[in-house]
Amino acid sequence: MTLTPLRPQTTTDHLSLLESHAVYILREVAAECERPVLLFSGGKDSAVLLHLAVKAFAPGRLPFPVMHVDTGQNFPEVLAFRDQTVARLGARLVIASVQEAIDRGRVADPGPHGARNRLQTVALLDAIVEHGFDAAFGGARRDEDKARAKERILSFRDAFGQWDPRQQRPELWQLYQGRVNAGEHLRAFPLSDWTELDIWQYIARENVALPPIYFAHERDVVRRDAMWLAVNEFIQPRPGEHVERRLVRYRTVGDATCTGAVESDAVTLEAIVHEVATANVSERGATRADDRFSETAMEDRKREGYF
Amino acid sequence: MQRTTDILRLATIGSVDDGKSTLIGRLLVDTRQLFDDQLDAVVNASERRGVGDLDLSFVTDGLRAEREQGITIDVAYRYASTPQRKFIIADCPGHVQYTRNMATGASTADLALVVVDVAHGLKEQTRRHLCIAALLGVRGLVVAVNKMDAVHWSPAAFQSVVDEVETVAGELGFDAITCVPTSALLGDNVVDASDHTPWYSGPTVLAALESSDAGAWTNSTNGPRLPIQWVLRQPGGGRTYAGMVNGDTLHEGDVVTLLPAGIETTITALNTLHNGPDVQAGAGLSIDVALADETDAGRGDLLACAPLPRVTREITATVCWFGERPLTTGSRLRLKHTTRVTPARIVGLDGVVDVATLTVEDGDELRTNDIGLVQLQTADPLVVDDYRDNRVTGSFVLIDEVTNATVAAGMVGRAAFL
Repeated sequence: MTLTPLRPQTTTDHLSLLESHAVYILREVAAECERPVLLFSGGKDSAVLLHLAVKAFAPGRLPFPVMHVDTGQNFPEVLAFRDQTVARLGARLVIASVQEAIDRGRVADPGPHGARNRLQTVALLDAIVEHGFDAAFGGARRDEDKARAKERILSFRDAFGQWDPRQQRPELWQLYQGRVNAGEHLRAFPLSDWTELDIWQYIARENVALPPIYFAHERDVVRRDAMWLAVNEFIQPRPGEHVERRLVRYRTVGDATCTGAVESDAVTLEAIVHEVATANVSERGATRADDRFSETAMEDRKREGYF
Repeated sequence: MQRTTDILRLATIGSVDDGKSTLIGRLLVDTRQLFDDQLDAVVNASERRGVGDLDLSFVTDGLRAEREQGITIDVAYRYASTPQRKFIIADCPGHVQYTRNMATGASTADLALVVVDVAHGLKEQTRRHLCIAALLGVRGLVVAVNKMDAVHWSPAAFQSVVDEVETVAGELGFDAITCVPTSALLGDNVVDASDHTPWYSGPTVLAALESSDAGAWTNSTNGPRLPIQWVLRQPGGGRTYAGMVNGDTLHEGDVVTLLPAGIETTITALNTLHNGPDVQAGAGLSIDVALADETDAGRGDLLACAPLPRVTREITATVCWFGERPLTTGSRLRLKHTTRVTPARIVGLDGVVDVATLTVEDGDELRTNDIGLVQLQTADPLVVDDYRDNRVTGSFVLIDEVTNATVAAGMVGRAAFL
């Protein structure tokens, strides 16, 4: 027996390996599951995920719909990007609406300025049941959060949509197996092993289209919770806060009430890659109020069925 | 702007409380991979749980239960980049009841980072992990002989663990071993060379990881293989066959055999994701190919260059059993191999591995976390290589028919050390 000790990657760069792995996962889940759906928020990670899905099945059309879990509190640039992207690809868009969940009395209305981030879970799980989806692709990455760092690439959810981090299925090699019983479903995370920097390097390499708010622009903002929040229909200055015009960009895109901007003059992809490579604060730490409630905010949300 | 780097996948191995998570925490902190807010969060969590100024294990032990109990329950994946390479680190649990999670982390690893408490030497659980890592095809070891501060940096204590590791690693067939005297807690010889070990002239843990070329066997002595995942219909009526290359580099113009049908044909075109039409694609790349002849190829079939894999419904295999109920002769399961899922039945149990002695004992069942040698029959034919020759076409998982949970890792053939 002669084994060749080797690094097969010596001729293959890391972006191509990450891309190939993600496409492999997309094809496996699409082949094994009956009704997959791809979660698409219009953010950078889901834009990369959708780009990879298109590549995986080209020249054919996407073999699954895309779903936006809509908090009703979006950046208008992101909604426009969502609609343009879906139209360009001829994809079918399913909208899971938090507003509808509120109107139907499924969740309590947090009020006109309340954060709806956590309410997305109910809208998402209801839509999964309504449409009979058995797998949902998400753009979550393990480098984002310590609870996500623990999650499998194919993450099993029980009939209540819950994640049990103590009872995860073994996941060996690249033998992703996606079989579930009726009522249960999977979350599939093809970008698990990508870091924020990988995402930006890949966006630059592939010229993946993004909403304009990822690039530096002038905007009216207020300082709150050590973040810059955009002044708009959802965020109004409170007493003592004053509105400033600043050069900012977004590192993440989520609900407009809890996603902060960062000061930046990065107007090109090259400048953003450089900025991300030298950042001192994590993307969620810099921009997400929803992760600051407690030490295990993400784990607690994930257990309930969050992304 | 874009630096091209390779990727090294590594898994931590060792018994509970030998300091695996602390070592990874130290590695990430000292290479400045942690953002300020992440480090602050670890400091705050350490204070709130009354474990001192900075409990480095909290960098990877991110679950509430893990922090409450001070143990690692499941694999945490962390990422680090140095100018040399990108690291994907699977920090694995040490407890025996979480062996399935350790195997999850090690199954994709090129190298194992072993942590041994110098005062205790190799514990049974570390031997079990080394055995599983060897079975899974990990070839390189970097061994942190840890808690050296507790033995006053004694070179004799270090050497005694080195001797023990080399004996076991030799039996298991690891072929690249680097032992480093460390204190993960204090940071000695992890990223920065220690002043306490003037008698040690080898690399730090980081330097050993950066220079390691002991990858797992991703290349095969057999030819390239392409398990078909998906058929892509091309405009004009043609078809291409999509999958991920393994074994060896596949080229345009290669003569391939479609298996299990046994039809010989030629690759007339090859497309990679990045370049589109290309002349070749190495292992780990997702591609699609066009074939010279009309075939009914589809998902579950495999394209291979000579020397060809075997087509069989009967397999002798080594399995790590994770199911709660014992595996016995007659057990019925589903089996996933490459892109094919088929019913399978255990028709014989040839022995149970004693991980302490690496001997095979007689037995009539495999209990949770046992490793055994089994004979399997499958409903559909499989296209297999021995695991030692190809990590993709030689591996399979067993699936519980009721719960759909993955209950075993299977490797075709028998490891050289068994």
